[in-house]
Amino acid sequence: MKNRSLISINDYSKEEIMQVLELAAEFEKKPHQNLLHGRVIASLFFEPSTRTRLSFESAIQKLGGNVIGFSSAATSSVQKGESLKDTILTVCNYSDLIVMRHPVDGSARFASEVASVPIINAGDGANQHPTQCLLDLYSIKKTQGTLENLEVTFVGDLKYGRTVHSLVIALCHFNTKFHLVSPVELKLPSAVKRHIKEANLQYEQYTDFSEVIPKSDIIYMTRIQRERFPDPLEYEKVKNAYILDNGMLDYARENCKILHPLPRVNEISTNVDDNPKAYYFEQALNGVYVRQALIAAILGLK
Amino acid sequence: MNNKRKELIVSAISNGTVIDHIPANKLFQVIRILDLEKSDKEVYFGTNLESKKYGRKGIIKISEKYFESSETDKIALVAPTATLIEIKDYEVTKKTTVNIPDTIERIAKCFNPNCVTNKEQVPTKFKVIKINGEIKLACHYCEKNTSQSNMVFN
Repeated sequence: MKNRSLISINDYSKEEIMQVLELAAEFEKKPHQNLLHGRVIASLFFEPSTRTRLSFESAIQKLGGNVIGFSSAATSSVQKGESLKDTILTVCNYSDLIVMRHPVDGSARFASEVASVPIINAGDGANQHPTQCLLDLYSIKKTQGTLENLEVTFVGDLKYGRTVHSLVIALCHFNTKFHLVSPVELKLPSAVKRHIKEANLQYEQYTDFSEVIPKSDIIYMTRIQRERFPDPLEYEKVKNAYILDNGMLDYARENCKILHPLPRVNEISTNVDDNPKAYYFEQALNGVYVRQALIAAILGLK
Repeated sequence: MNNKRKELIVSAISNGTVIDHIPANKLFQVIRILDLEKSDKEVYFGTNLESKKYGRKGIIKISEKYFESSETDKIALVAPTATLIEIKDYEVTKKTTVNIPDTIERIAKCFNPNCVTNKEQVPTKFKVIKINGEIKLACHYCEKNTSQSNMVFN
């Protein structure tokens, strides 16, 4: 992993994924370590973000490093028409590692090809978000004790949700059984299902949510976004079909946990928040340890 | 008698290239990607012609034109069964089938409007993959697959 960019979860083998998760567990035990003393990490957010940006910056500061960068394209030279290539080449002069989020698909891969320092992709358009995927895996492993042989249910927008695509692909390493719950318009794309088929794993697709709850070790909820529907009527029809309410969890397995990449709108009722099965806020905290692990591994400090 | 009639369907050329065994429904796409509409050479084409091997086929004959590999790569992507026959002085001098390349660079466009190759000055790069027998271009950058019907070439 040393000096290598992380652009897509497909860039890491199963062994490398496990290494990051083990290292993240070390940081969870001891989050404050002065490994990055004197190092500068650039945090380039061409698109706004709350959790990803702040958890990266928190991870860097807990490791004693310094952060430079911007939190929206409006406050950078992009506004003057600077190309992505020029911005990246410039920032390479000032930093040891670049964390970048950008609204354009494939922008992170391109940046890694022109940059002289490693890039960590913090989300490129609708394409990839590998650090979210790693923190999802970490959360699953931590709550279930293993990643192997689990039944994982994905609910909501499976078509456009980049976190869903990355996580499904990564879970193909672990003999997962997939339950896919979505409106017909938002089914998992065939390009992603191909990974499941190639791994000879099972998946089932549902439009009704309640029947799969008792079969799930993990329920991964996502937000259905209004802007994904060309016809507003279609959105109105499905928007309330996939809401998780506390009462529905009466039939859930003992070990079942609810995950959500956040932000949540209404797809998980607030009455679920106090249920011990709710795990989405701890999930966001795990992001800090996973990002500490990645930064340390890529800079060769661990 | 039969042979004579066949000759008449599409005229012979003295020098140039014949692209034979094009799937009948891909003929016009091949014409488009080779930009033959703008050619100032003699161009003959026919489609829905009988073919022993493929049932129905298309054929194109272009005078005084021999193709470079970047052009035959494009033909291979939309018409993988095509045969290229080079003609010099009415004689066949070379006959080749097109090969589907493993990767292609620069010649095709990514269909995803939000791909970095369509937003910044980045040359395209694809892996050529086959899903259920259909050729697709897997974008090295945005990771989306461009299918045959969406292929646009530079």
